[in-house]
Amino acid sequence: MNPAIRFLQAALTVCLLLAGHAAAAAPQAVAEHELANGLRIIVKPDRRAPVAVTMVWYRVGSVDEQNGTTGVAHVLEHMMFKGTKAVPPGEFSKLIAAAGGRDNAFTSRDYTGYFQTLHKSELPLSFRLEADRMANLVLSPGEFAKEIKVVMEERRWRTDDRPQSVLYERLMAAALAAHPYRNPVIGWMSDLENLTVEDTRTFYEQWYAPNNAIVVVVGDVVPAEVFALAERHFGGIARKALPPRKPQDEPPQLGIRHLTVKVPAELPQVLMAYRVPKLRNPDEDWEPYALDMLESILSGNDAARLPQTLVKTGRMAVSAGASYDGIGRGPGFFFLSGTPVGGRSVGEVEQGLRREIRRIVDEGVTADELGRAKAQAIASQVYQRDSMFFQARMIGWLETVGLPHRLPDLFVEKLQNVTSEQVQAVARKYLVDDQLTVAYLDPQPLEGGARKPAPPAGARHGD
Amino acid sequence: MATEMRTGLARIAAAALLCLAQQAFAILPIEQWQSPSGAKVLFVANRDLPMLDVSVDFPAGSAYDTREKSGAAAMTRGLLRLGADGLAEDEIARRFADVGAVLGGRFDPDRAGLHLRTLSDPQRRGTAIDLLSRILRAPEFPAEVLEREKVRQIGALKEADLKPDTQVARLFYQMVFREHPYALRSSGDVATVGRLTRGDLQAFYRRHYVADRAVVAIMGDVSRQEAEAIAEQLTAGLPRGDGQATPLPQVESLSQSVTRVVAHPATQSHILIGAPGIRRDDPDYFTLFVGNYILGGGGFVSRITEEVRQKRGLAYSAYSYFSPQQATGPFIIGMQTRRDQAEEALSVLRATLREYLEKGPTGEELRAAKQNIIGGFPMRIDSNRKIHDYLGLIGFYGLPLGYLEDFVGNIDKVTVDGIRSAFARHVDPDRMVTVVVGADSDRTVMSPAAR
Repeated sequence: MNPAIRFLQAALTVCLLLAGHAAAAAPQAVAEHELANGLRIIVKPDRRAPVAVTMVWYRVGSVDEQNGTTGVAHVLEHMMFKGTKAVPPGEFSKLIAAAGGRDNAFTSRDYTGYFQTLHKSELPLSFRLEADRMANLVLSPGEFAKEIKVVMEERRWRTDDRPQSVLYERLMAAALAAHPYRNPVIGWMSDLENLTVEDTRTFYEQWYAPNNAIVVVVGDVVPAEVFALAERHFGGIARKALPPRKPQDEPPQLGIRHLTVKVPAELPQVLMAYRVPKLRNPDEDWEPYALDMLESILSGNDAARLPQTLVKTGRMAVSAGASYDGIGRGPGFFFLSGTPVGGRSVGEVEQGLRREIRRIVDEGVTADELGRAKAQAIASQVYQRDSMFFQARMIGWLETVGLPHRLPDLFVEKLQNVTSEQVQAVARKYLVDDQLTVAYLDPQPLEGGARKPAPPAGARHGD
Repeated sequence: MATEMRTGLARIAAAALLCLAQQAFAILPIEQWQSPSGAKVLFVANRDLPMLDVSVDFPAGSAYDTREKSGAAAMTRGLLRLGADGLAEDEIARRFADVGAVLGGRFDPDRAGLHLRTLSDPQRRGTAIDLLSRILRAPEFPAEVLEREKVRQIGALKEADLKPDTQVARLFYQMVFREHPYALRSSGDVATVGRLTRGDLQAFYRRHYVADRAVVAIMGDVSRQEAEAIAEQLTAGLPRGDGQATPLPQVESLSQSVTRVVAHPATQSHILIGAPGIRRDDPDYFTLFVGNYILGGGGFVSRITEEVRQKRGLAYSAYSYFSPQQATGPFIIGMQTRRDQAEEALSVLRATLREYLEKGPTGEELRAAKQNIIGGFPMRIDSNRKIHDYLGLIGFYGLPLGYLEDFVGNIDKVTVDGIRSAFARHVDPDRMVTVVVGADSDRTVMSPAAR
């Protein structure tokens, strides 16, 4: 499986895991509480081990950035480890480590999250440190100057030297004209080069507030105790008036878009993105559930349609897959992707992908395929409960994009009711050329006389 | 604030130790037995979730490849599920999916195997286990599937070969392990994969996928009696070995330092520094584990991260680790940095290592490391998946059954002097390989060992 598809499947995995119904032992009830300052706390007890996963989710991500300062949400995430008046730079992670814990953070288009995994007795430490940096972050020019270099290294490593990442980045920039999902989460390099510590301060002061955050705790904890602890540590932080969120709606697409990305690589690739709806109203909507099933039927297992017809019987592709990102604040896409085997062209693979969509539009899907997709979803729901971290991540993710954390139960019900006709209907309605952007990776030789390295001198001693 | 926390932590770390000692016994009663087939079985029952993890591993990783047929081990394992006992590959995939089972598994230089995750109700579990046993017992290695997979693998290798991270790793392993099979690329090379035949895979399977060298790890919602039946069902039909394990050759140490710089147009230079490190059964294992945490294993709090990232902003990720294997596995320091900073980064890494080798950690660093590793022990065993991974590890490398119970005690025993002398025994800065991919031109520098 190629990296672009793997990348896309990060979203896919989460969608799949959402689906399914609670088999056997019922999961413990989720408890919820809101402080007077607007901070929400969601607790899911899981008593299998004496561990607590804490996450603080801010409802702010790259989607809230302005032109010229793309990447600031993520840079601020890095700066959140650079100290407060009470906790000097670097001390945050040292304190968590000394308590046996692990900590890190993640930034996405829709949210920014911070987490600690600790022995349950260390929950107070986690809350104390998180509350402190929610209100008292010190943004020093010296620390910023070093950290912005780290972020630029991260961009080079994640994107600039990875052909599939560049392909995805440029595809999104072409598929959207107005909505900020067109910008990469890590930011454009020029914006990073010109970002200032003041930019991060403005962003922090605007968005980091208890009424724009959700604390999620999963582990061997008692909800009432967690709520009391949250009141003690976060209760004194004042709520803020948040900036208005402009919708920045993407205008309708008026026809197919094509782009070519020429980068050093060996294999070409085609990546297709159709504009599709996202889940907004879990009770009323039906199309997102049908799109989720469509994705599973196309590439949810090794014998699903795309790997079966393009890779195995058709032998035109090294890999082929589909992915639907149905959950998020911005516009949705349904992706198809394929990499041809040597001697076959991206054009052939693109035709192969389109042929599979047309088959579904014309003939629908079989009861076996639907049943299989539903069975996989049910099982995934159980497997997901093996990881406290994953459970916490799911709750925080759903809530920060405005969906109920109880969605998984409903999702199951809805998924079980999806029919072949509905899958056919969404394919017919949305997977059409006028809603499509196609990106081609056009492989270039390595420049500058570089080549594959010869065997090393050091390896020749015994030959 | 900080002082108050420290005091609190010491107390809690001690409490954690006590409570862990009790809990480990309570929650991890590992059962081990030998199946009539000859396979070794490790089992932990856990009824919290209606699911089951089962793996079967063999000493059949890429270290058991030959130079001429490098890639046979990976291809053998890859094709197990692509046609077996009269079932075609798509039939196998569909049947697993129909019951929501997920088939994966590990493949590394030492180990090859399959891992099944399934719901534990008898109907679905039964279907999934039955499929897995047929795959293990009667793989067919269909010729036309092999031809297709070779084409795919070769495409993937060519793609990977252009990437600086692949190039740096390939060169590094070739230079560190030279004639030893650990130098072989785990998936094979374009030329050797192209050469593989169905007969090669059948021979590899018959020789290495044998019952009396199989390690079965079972974790989850079944009884001991059910686990016994599952283990026997999975291994009874395997080829019988001659009772002789295939030993891996010994890894020779390096005689000098070599630095290899390779031209590549990437924006970053990828750097690896290292040498042969230790075997999995080395008595210095825990000492080096703790010592490396301080050097470059402890994420944000390690010396390497401090010097490279926090102080200088040279990299997003910089790290060091030992990879203890059946034979001597590598010790590795790695990072990526903008190419015009590669020289500076190299000096920082080397200076950090030398300083650490000369002086060892401080008492305060050791205390912090122990606090993290001991206090973090519960997180090592907080899910079925993690416990299952440990079962596989303990079984395969023949670690003591009390490995997890003793873990905290073994960490606690480590001393500053112990770390300094263990590093002196195993890491020699004058016998190291350095590879840098991402430069304007190629260069090789050899420097004979000073001693």
